Amino acid sequence: MQDIIIIGSGVIGSAVARELAKYQAKVLVLEKESDVACGATKANSGIVHAGYDPEPGSLKAKYNVLGNRMFDELSKELEFPFKRNGALVVAFDEDSEKVLERLLARGRTNGVEDLRIISGDEARRMVPGLSQEVTKALYAPTSGIASPYEMAVAFAENAAENGVKFRMLAEVAKLERSENGIKVYLADGEELEAKIVINCAGVFADELNNQISERKFTIVPRKGQYFLLDKVYAEYTSLTLFQTPTAMGKGVLITPATHGNIIVGPNAQDIEDKRDLSSTVEGLNEVWEKAKRTIPGLNKRAVITNFSGIRAHSLGDDFIIGFSDVPGFYNVAGIESPGLTAAPAIAVDVAKEVASALKLKPKADFKPYRKAIPHFAAMSEEEKAAIIKENPLYGKIVCRCEVVPEGEIREAIRRPLAARDLDGLKRRTRVGMGRCQGGFCLPRLMEILSEELNLDYTEITKFGRNSKVVVGRVKE
Amino acid sequence: MTERRLVIIGGGPAGLSAALAAYEAGERDILILERDEALGGILNQCIHNGFGLHLFKEELTGPEYAERFIREVADRGIEYKLKTMVLTISHDRVVTYVNQTEGYQKIRAGAIVLACGCRERPRGAINIAGTRPAGIFTAGTAQRLVNIEGYLPGREIVILGSGDIGLIMARRMTFEGAKVKAVVELMPYSSGLNRNIVQCLQDYDIPLLFSHTVIEIKGRERVEGVVIAEVDENLRPKPETAREISCDTLLLSVGLIPENELARNAEVELSPVTGGAVVDENLMTSVPGIFAAGNVLHVHDLVDYVSEESAHAARSAVKYLQGADSKAEKEVLRTGKGVRYVVPQLLNRDENYEPITFRMRVDNVYRQVRLVLKVDGETVLAKKKQIMTPGEMESLEAASEIVRKLKAGKQIVFELEEENA
Amino acid sequence: MICISCPLGCRLLVERDGDKIVVTGNLCKRGERYGIQEFTAPKRVLTSIVPVKNGKIGMVSVKTKEPIPKELVFPALEVLKKLVLEAPVKSGDVIVKNVLDTGVDIIATKSVERV
Repeated sequence: MQDIIIIGSGVIGSAVARELAKYQAKVLVLEKESDVACGATKANSGIVHAGYDPEPGSLKAKYNVLGNRMFDELSKELEFPFKRNGALVVAFDEDSEKVLERLLARGRTNGVEDLRIISGDEARRMVPGLSQEVTKALYAPTSGIASPYEMAVAFAENAAENGVKFRMLAEVAKLERSENGIKVYLADGEELEAKIVINCAGVFADELNNQISERKFTIVPRKGQYFLLDKVYAEYTSLTLFQTPTAMGKGVLITPATHGNIIVGPNAQDIEDKRDLSSTVEGLNEVWEKAKRTIPGLNKRAVITNFSGIRAHSLGDDFIIGFSDVPGFYNVAGIESPGLTAAPAIAVDVAKEVASALKLKPKADFKPYRKAIPHFAAMSEEEKAAIIKENPLYGKIVCRCEVVPEGEIREAIRRPLAARDLDGLKRRTRVGMGRCQGGFCLPRLMEILSEELNLDYTEITKFGRNSKVVVGRVKE
Repeated sequence: MTERRLVIIGGGPAGLSAALAAYEAGERDILILERDEALGGILNQCIHNGFGLHLFKEELTGPEYAERFIREVADRGIEYKLKTMVLTISHDRVVTYVNQTEGYQKIRAGAIVLACGCRERPRGAINIAGTRPAGIFTAGTAQRLVNIEGYLPGREIVILGSGDIGLIMARRMTFEGAKVKAVVELMPYSSGLNRNIVQCLQDYDIPLLFSHTVIEIKGRERVEGVVIAEVDENLRPKPETAREISCDTLLLSVGLIPENELARNAEVELSPVTGGAVVDENLMTSVPGIFAAGNVLHVHDLVDYVSEESAHAARSAVKYLQGADSKAEKEVLRTGKGVRYVVPQLLNRDENYEPITFRMRVDNVYRQVRLVLKVDGETVLAKKKQIMTPGEMESLEAASEIVRKLKAGKQIVFELEEENA
Repeated sequence: MICISCPLGCRLLVERDGDKIVVTGNLCKRGERYGIQEFTAPKRVLTSIVPVKNGKIGMVSVKTKEPIPKELVFPALEVLKKLVLEAPVKSGDVIVKNVLDTGVDIIATKSVERV
C-alpha cells in the first residue's frame, strides 16, 4: 500500500512528486507512456509567463505569478535551461491597443512587476524584424523561456533520487474507493492502493475523476500546432512575441527556445480524439499566416520540423486543484497555459495540503540539488577539454547538428529514470532535434541503446510499445 | 597552437581525392579529418555499381571506388584522423576538433579544403501533415541501416522522391524481401538517372507516379499508411485526387543540402541557389585560403566529377600555400535562360589562363537545346544537347583561349538557346 | 527501351529484322550491344550484402563480377541468403564461385578486418 500515488508524470506530476519527496512517505508515480513528459509537456512553447493574462482572483493568476518568481532559483537547483528574456505583446490598431491597456491593468492587479507599454518604434528597436504595422506593445521583462521537458525530467529525477518510485507504461484503467483510500487498477489488471491518489493525468484527468467522483468535470482537448525553426534564424527575435489574446487563448507567438531555435505557434483547435496529435495543412498554414503578421520576414526555409500538442482545457476555464468529494482523491487538472509557469508553485501547495492530510513528517536528508547530464555543447573550451580527458566518450560526437557526444548519450541511459527509446534520448540530450532531424545519428543511437539496455535492434522503439524502428534483420 | 599546412575536412570521395592531388602537387603536410569510423564517406554504404565509369573506365561499386583512393592515401602515408569531429573553423582558419584520444584540439591551417558532403532534407522541412510515428526515414539513413547495420526498416514501403537515392533504395528494399508499393514524384520528371529508373523500378514493376506527392502520414505508433495526391502546375495538391496507400514505411528522397555549418562559422559567403559556398575558378571561397569541393559545394550526381573537382580545389590550395593569392578583381558569372546555377560563380580578372571546367544544372527539362557561354554577347563556347534535365549536372570546358576571352570580357553569361535558333 | 550502359540513357529502338536484331538511337557501340543483349537475353549485375562474423563491421557488400541473366537475380539472392562469412574478408575475394552455373563469380567489394 502506497501513501500517495500520482497519476501522470508530465511537468505537473513530476513537480508534485518532487515536492512530496521532501516528506517521509511512500510515493509512487504511474505514467502511461514510456517516459516522463510525453503529453502536453513535450509539445508547448516553453514560455514562463509574466502573469498579465489570467483573470485576477483565479488560480491561474495566483499560481502564474508565484511560479514565475521561482524559476531563477529552481532552474539552478535542478539544472534545467531557463532564461528571463522578456516578452512583447504587440498591437496593430486602436482596438488591440485597448487590450494592451487591459493587460497592463490586469498584470498590475495580479502582482506582475515592471510591466509597461512602449511605442511601436521602441518595440522595433528591441526586435528589428518586427512588423512596421505594430503601433504599441506591452513589455513584460519578467517573462521567460524554459525547456519544458527538461524541466519535467529534472523534477522527476530529483524526486527519484529522493525515494519516489516511478513506473512507466503503467496506464490506470480503473479507480475505486476503498476502506483506506483509493484502489488503482492498471490496464493489465494489476491492483494497487494508496491513501491518497493525486490526479495529474492531463488531458485524461476528467475521465479518471468522473469514474469515481460525483463532482464531474470536462476537459476539452485543445490542439495547437507549432513550427520549429533552425538556430541559424535565431536573429528573428530574442524576446517572446505575442499577439493580443482571444477567447481561445494567447494566440500565435514567436519565441526563442532555450537552445537557440525559434518556435512559432500555436493555433487553437478543439478536437474530439484526445490522442490525435496529427499536424494538418490548414493548421500549419493558419499558424504561419498569423505569425507573419508579427514578423513579416519569416522564411519558410527556416523550418526544420513541426509538432503539435494538446492542451487540457477545462470548461470552467481555470485550474482544478484540490481534494474532490471522494476522500483521498485529489485533482490537479485543467492545467493549460500558464501551466508550465504555474507548475512549481502548484506543486508546493499541493504537497503541503496532501502532507497535512496524511500528517507527513519532512525528510531531514532531502537532497534538493540535481545535477543535469553534462551538456557538452554548452561547455566552455576548457570544460570541453577537461571532460574528454575524464571520459573519452565525450570526445566522440554522435549528433553532429546538436554536438552531442556518446558520453552524454550513455549518461542519459544510465540515469535514474533513464531514457529507454529514441524520443527519451531526444528530450534529455537533444539528439535528433537538429536540422538533419536524426538522419545522421540514428544508426549510432540504436547501437548505443542496444548495448546499454541489452536490447536487440528490433526491440528499440521511437517512444515505446509498437513504435519499433526496424522490423527485422535483413536476410530473414 | 599546432600549425598544419593543408587541412582537409572530410575523408569521403572529395576529401580523399583532394589529399591525393595535393600530394601529387608536392605538398607533404596534409591532414584529413574524418568523423566516421572509416574513410570512404557515403560511398561505404553505396553498395550498388555505377561509380568510376568516367574516371577509371570501369563500373565499380561505391566501396570499390573508395578503396582505390583509400589505398593510395595509405600507400603515400598521408595522415588522417578518424572518429574526429570538426566543431568549428574560424575566419582565420583555426580548426577546432575533438576525438577520443586527443580530446579538444585547435590547429591553425595554412589552407583548408571543405569536403564535408551533404545531408538529406528531412520530413519536417517539407511539412508533411499527419502523425509522427516510427517508420519514416530519409532514404540515406535507411540505406545505412540496411547495408551497414543489416536491419530492415520496413516491409511495405512507399518512397517519396525519385532522386537516385530513392530509386536505389527501391531496388535494395525489394532485394531484401520488402514490397515497394510506389515511388511518388512531385515533378513531372525524375531527377534520377535513367538507368536507375530502368534497373530499380521497371525491372520490378514498381509504379512511378509523376506529379504526385504525399500529403498525409497515418499511424499512431508505426506508419500505417500514407495519403497521396496529384499536384497541379503550381505543385499544389489537388485534394479531390487524394487516395491512401497502406504501408509501414515511408522513405524520403526529397533533396540533399550541402553541409555548410562549418562554412557558416568561418563566415564563408554561401549561395542561396546551391546552398554551398560562392567560389572562384580556383574553388576558393570568399575567405582566403578556404576552398570547397564536392557535395558541400554543390550536390553532384556522379562521384567521378566530385573527384575531379576536389583534385582541382586541392591543387589550388597548394598553389595558395606556395604564395599564389589572387588579389584580382572578381567578375560575377551570370546565368541566363534555363541555367539554374553555375560553379564557379566568380572569375578572377588576372593573367592565369588555365582551362576551367564550369559545372551547372538547368532548371527544367529541355530538348534540342544548345548550352552556350557568351562574353559580351558573343558566343565563345556551345554544346548541343538532345536533352537536358535538372537531375544531370552538365559541364562546359573552357580552354585557355576561351578563358583569356572571359577574363577580358565584361558580361559573362551561361544560358540555353533553342537548337534551331 | 532506355540504354543503361552509361548515365546518358540513350533511347533505343530495338527491332527484329528477319534473323537480325537492329538497334537505333544509340550513341556508342556499348549501346548497340546492350540493346541486342537486353532484347534477346537481358542481364544484370547483382549487388547485395552478406553478414560477416567477427569483423570490424557486420555486413560486407558483394557483387557479381559480370552481369548474370536477369531471371537468375532472385535465385542468386537466395543463394546469398544462406551465407555467413567469417572475417577477414578482402575486396575481390570470391564469395560464391560460378553462381548458379552462370560462369560468373560473386565477389566481395569491401574489405573487412577481423576484430
